[in-house]
Amino acid sequence: MIIAIPKETAVGENRVAATPDSVRRLRDLGFSVRVQKGAGEGASFTDDAYINSGAEICKDAAQCLKDAGVVLKVQSPTDEELDLIPQGATLIAFLKPAQNETLLKKLAEKKINALAVESIPRISRAQKMDALSSMANIAGYRAVIEAAHNFGRFFTGQITAAGKIPPAKVLVIGAGVAGLSAIGTAKSMGAIVRAFDTRAEVREQVESMGAEFLTVEMEEEGSGSGGYAKEMSKEFIEAEMALFREQAKEVDIVITTALIPGKPAPKLWLADMVDSMKEGSVVVDLAAEMGGNCDYTVADEKVIESGVTVIGYTNLPSRAATQSSSLYATNLTHLLTDLTPEKDGNIAIDFDDEAVRGATVVRNGEITWPPPAPKISAQPKPPASKAEQPQVKEEAPPKKKSALSIVAFWLIAGGLTLWLGRVAPPDFVAHFTVFVLAIFVGWQVIWNVTHALHTPLMSVTNAISGIVIVGALLQVGSTGSALVTVLAFVAVLVASINIFGGFFVTYRMLKMFRR
Amino acid sequence: MNGMIAMAYLFSAVMFILSLGGLSSHETARRGNVYGMVGMAVAITATIAGIAAGAYWMVGIAMVTGAVIGLALARRVAMTQMPQMVALLHSFVGLAAVLIGWGGFLDPRLSLTGAEHIVHNTEIYLGIFIGAITLTGSLVAFGKLQGLISGKPLMLPARHWLNLAAVIGCIVLGALFIPADLSAGTVINLLVMTSIALLLGIHLIAAIGGADMPVVISMLNSYSGWAAAATGFMLSNDLLIVVGALVGSSGAILSYIMCRGMNRSFISVILGGFGSDGGEVAEGEMEGEALATNFDELAADLEQAKSIIIVPGFGMAVAHAQQAVSDLTDRLRKMGKTVRFGIHPVAGRLPGHMNVLLAEANVPYDIVLEMEEINGDFPETDMVLVIGANDTVNPDAVEKPGSPIAGMPVLEVWKADKVVILKRSMASGYAGVANPLFYKENARMLFGDAKESLQSVLAKLGDSAKTRSPREAVA
Repeated sequence: MIIAIPKETAVGENRVAATPDSVRRLRDLGFSVRVQKGAGEGASFTDDAYINSGAEICKDAAQCLKDAGVVLKVQSPTDEELDLIPQGATLIAFLKPAQNETLLKKLAEKKINALAVESIPRISRAQKMDALSSMANIAGYRAVIEAAHNFGRFFTGQITAAGKIPPAKVLVIGAGVAGLSAIGTAKSMGAIVRAFDTRAEVREQVESMGAEFLTVEMEEEGSGSGGYAKEMSKEFIEAEMALFREQAKEVDIVITTALIPGKPAPKLWLADMVDSMKEGSVVVDLAAEMGGNCDYTVADEKVIESGVTVIGYTNLPSRAATQSSSLYATNLTHLLTDLTPEKDGNIAIDFDDEAVRGATVVRNGEITWPPPAPKISAQPKPPASKAEQPQVKEEAPPKKKSALSIVAFWLIAGGLTLWLGRVAPPDFVAHFTVFVLAIFVGWQVIWNVTHALHTPLMSVTNAISGIVIVGALLQVGSTGSALVTVLAFVAVLVASINIFGGFFVTYRMLKMFRR
Repeated sequence: MNGMIAMAYLFSAVMFILSLGGLSSHETARRGNVYGMVGMAVAITATIAGIAAGAYWMVGIAMVTGAVIGLALARRVAMTQMPQMVALLHSFVGLAAVLIGWGGFLDPRLSLTGAEHIVHNTEIYLGIFIGAITLTGSLVAFGKLQGLISGKPLMLPARHWLNLAAVIGCIVLGALFIPADLSAGTVINLLVMTSIALLLGIHLIAAIGGADMPVVISMLNSYSGWAAAATGFMLSNDLLIVVGALVGSSGAILSYIMCRGMNRSFISVILGGFGSDGGEVAEGEMEGEALATNFDELAADLEQAKSIIIVPGFGMAVAHAQQAVSDLTDRLRKMGKTVRFGIHPVAGRLPGHMNVLLAEANVPYDIVLEMEEINGDFPETDMVLVIGANDTVNPDAVEKPGSPIAGMPVLEVWKADKVVILKRSMASGYAGVANPLFYKENARMLFGDAKESLQSVLAKLGDSAKTRSPREAVA
């Protein structure tokens, strides 16, 4: 089977879907590889390098795509490109299936199988093919670089002979892959970094990167499925905005990365916040493609509003094309490895493979998007809940007692006591009343005893249960039988041991507890 | 006179309730103990006032003898031996209940008929039955804890059937005994029942392993209460009934708490033998190797750490290491470190055993925390010292659903940055389960006697502090 790598035609796209390195690995999987002339130019991979790793160079797209079995691309194909892709071929690229229904229809009509790399589910096993994360990582890095480029000061604080330089303060909103990457980059450049995220579970990750985690004091958990955030309530957003307004006066650089899958990016950095920032500050909006997190963002542009530079470049990974191409190519190689279990150069789209199922948007002329929702979050769950789960399970059954069984219990208990009351002498009934009430008193009192005092509790109840001495005393004094007297005498003796021993040992123990 | 005695009894009953209520916090605990003593003194005085003056001398002799023995025992017992002491005291209650039951049975003054007779005989019968089980059961528990008897569960063939047969035998004998009048036949009947109950007590407790002793002791505590309550019914004495019910429910709650701490059902514990309901204990294959550390390393680690949690277990009691632990805690706290203790509900051989030992060694009780209070803090902790605990820190309980101890709440020590386990060997704990904690990357073993190890570490801590301080002064 032939893998074709055409040159990207989109404006400003410097990436390429295969590198000389990945070509070699694709050939190991049994494929032959065709690369369009100059495809790697933007990412500094020469045609010679591709030839050296065994690829065939074609002079134009038409020649390259002719009888191709697999087409690897970065951006979605244009209509012209679509016409060149042969029927039955498999296309792998960023296809934006959620926004691009017409493209999916066209692909289905042309019977081209399509895998959208952004649809690969975020499960642990598929991490090696997760191109979105690879690109986000670069975007985060590049966002800091762009910010630094447009920021007129150092990131790091220095005290020099020419004066003191304060460190730059960076606020990262959204601690996903891009956010974390931005945090790490800014931190390593010496800035003071703060990060905000609605998901409490990322606090640890943020702090591990060396940033301060900002939170809104409110009980709401922002984790949606698949490691993304979900939309938050109105109250939460108000509190969040108040926090941002406060931060806006302090920070020099803001990097926003907040995205909600399938929805326009939330507006988080409002016009008044930008206005209140210091002159020369920089806002980098990584959500520009989805409408932007900042009010002033213009997609693909750098604008200056009230002295603040707002950067809305949509394709930051392309600005680091060599790095992003090699990561993307590696992701695709991993995906193809999964698609080629036999390593014979023939791909099989296996829907039992969760990663492949998630990525496939068109198969055999049918649109198979959206895939069933991924069940497992790639983010670790908060540890506390994990520890509690088994316990909760254990306790669940008794709680499920039906009303019927409770009623039955009390009916039986009531019936038994009534029966007892009928047959037993009145004396007994009175004692029984005392007995049952005392059990309930004991039950209430004992639950309040602190765990640390359980040993003293034992010894004191032990001493108290020496009260049986009362019974022995009653017998010892006033019975005619010598045998009973002897028995009672011994009983008094052992019960006394209990009383005195028990209370004294309790006294000894309690004396030791100190604050 | 009788009215006054009844009121005195009421007063003591209230005192006893206040006494138990006082134990809800450390501040009021001592007052609670005093309430208990007052209640007891009033009850005894009132009872003695009600009996014939001719018997005073006998009562005097018996009580003084008992007091001397009891105080001597209580004065000499070491805090590590508290479980056996409590077990022994339980057996006395059981013995007294049996004796009083027999006394009540043989008492010639009573001549009851009809329903009253039946109720009275039932009470005697129950009192003796529970008393006898408590008596021998406590003695066996005492023997196990004292090391006189092997701590291993005694596994007779068909032991559940033996127990069942004993119980059925007692019920049958009871059915014959209760309606009958006092005669040679009924005396033999009651004697046979008493012996069966005594044997049952031995067998029941012998079948329970050493690790389950906290449950056993609290269960026997409960039994001794019920025995007292049964005696109270027999003698128509409300005070005994109230106290018996208090003690009985106290023991029952403690048993329940202990069972929950081990995630085991009460039934499976009293029927004996760990794993008797879960099949054979599998020897889990362990990957990796356990890494040992030494005194110098541990001392250095402790100096580095800012927050430290110490998790003691029964091993600390065995090694009598509580004083060494306390000294180490003192030193570390003086070095400005946060030191806390995490106590598992079933650590030791008695509910709250570890707290008593640490209190004896003057560890302030406000840094001694329960499992639920401290479990969330392990991830933020630099260092955990596990001293002679094993099953209570086993990650399998949380991570491996197939493990025999799965679901048992444990102290999640492995979440800390570093864990050092002080232990004599790699042997498994009472549950007989291998502990993957020892093989975790952040875990180190320090083999040897806990007390000696800690003392050596303490000495090293001092050393390095001394050698380092001049250097620091230069810097």
